[in-house]
Amino acid sequence: MARSLSKGPYLEEKLAKKADEAKETKGSRVIKTWSRRSTIIPDFVGLTFAVHNGKKFIPIFVTEEMVGHKLGEFSPTRTFHGHSGDRKAKVVKKKE
Amino acid sequence: MARIAGVDIPREKRIEIALTYIFGVGRTLSNRILSEAGINPNTRTNALSEEEVAKIREILERNHKVEGDLRKEVSINIKRLMDIGCYRGLRHRKSLPVRGQRTRTNSRTRKGPRKTSMKRK
Repeated sequence: MARSLSKGPYLEEKLAKKADEAKETKGSRVIKTWSRRSTIIPDFVGLTFAVHNGKKFIPIFVTEEMVGHKLGEFSPTRTFHGHSGDRKAKVVKKKE
Repeated sequence: MARIAGVDIPREKRIEIALTYIFGVGRTLSNRILSEAGINPNTRTNALSEEEVAKIREILERNHKVEGDLRKEVSINIKRLMDIGCYRGLRHRKSLPVRGQRTRTNSRTRKGPRKTSMKRK
């Protein structure tokens, strides 16, 4: 279910303030944030955020196309390095 | 022979059903089009007059995106997700389910046929 339009996009207020400051200072500084749930608004385009993924901060350069998505969508929380047997299985198959 | 929106030539079926052979037209849209055109959904496709077919064609072309255009739009949308590197895009790249389904079992549609491990040998 989509969010009601009357409320406008959800956005952590602290983050909005920080973004405003960064815009004014023509900031090349990264904005560190834990607020993965905040929506990317058009004002954010051109800024760089460092979004926490539970362990570290993933730098995200916001482009126009990302508007409307949440910050967390760009900072994956899981790492998958493949299954232990995968490589071997492939090699065996090729030999046959 | 009724040819609507490109190559689709569904015949000898009720027009309501025949229209759904077009990519992008389901039962709902099919019925909406027919009521707008004032055609009984139970008539067979080959029993339609030329004007009726023309009317359907006109409504479809004016208001709805179907077939090639629609396919293109869908793939562009998916490509956009992949390009911006968001979670949904990553799932598309790996051809895994996009909407949070489990992957421990099932999700064979997205993953394709089972790749059995070689341990059993």
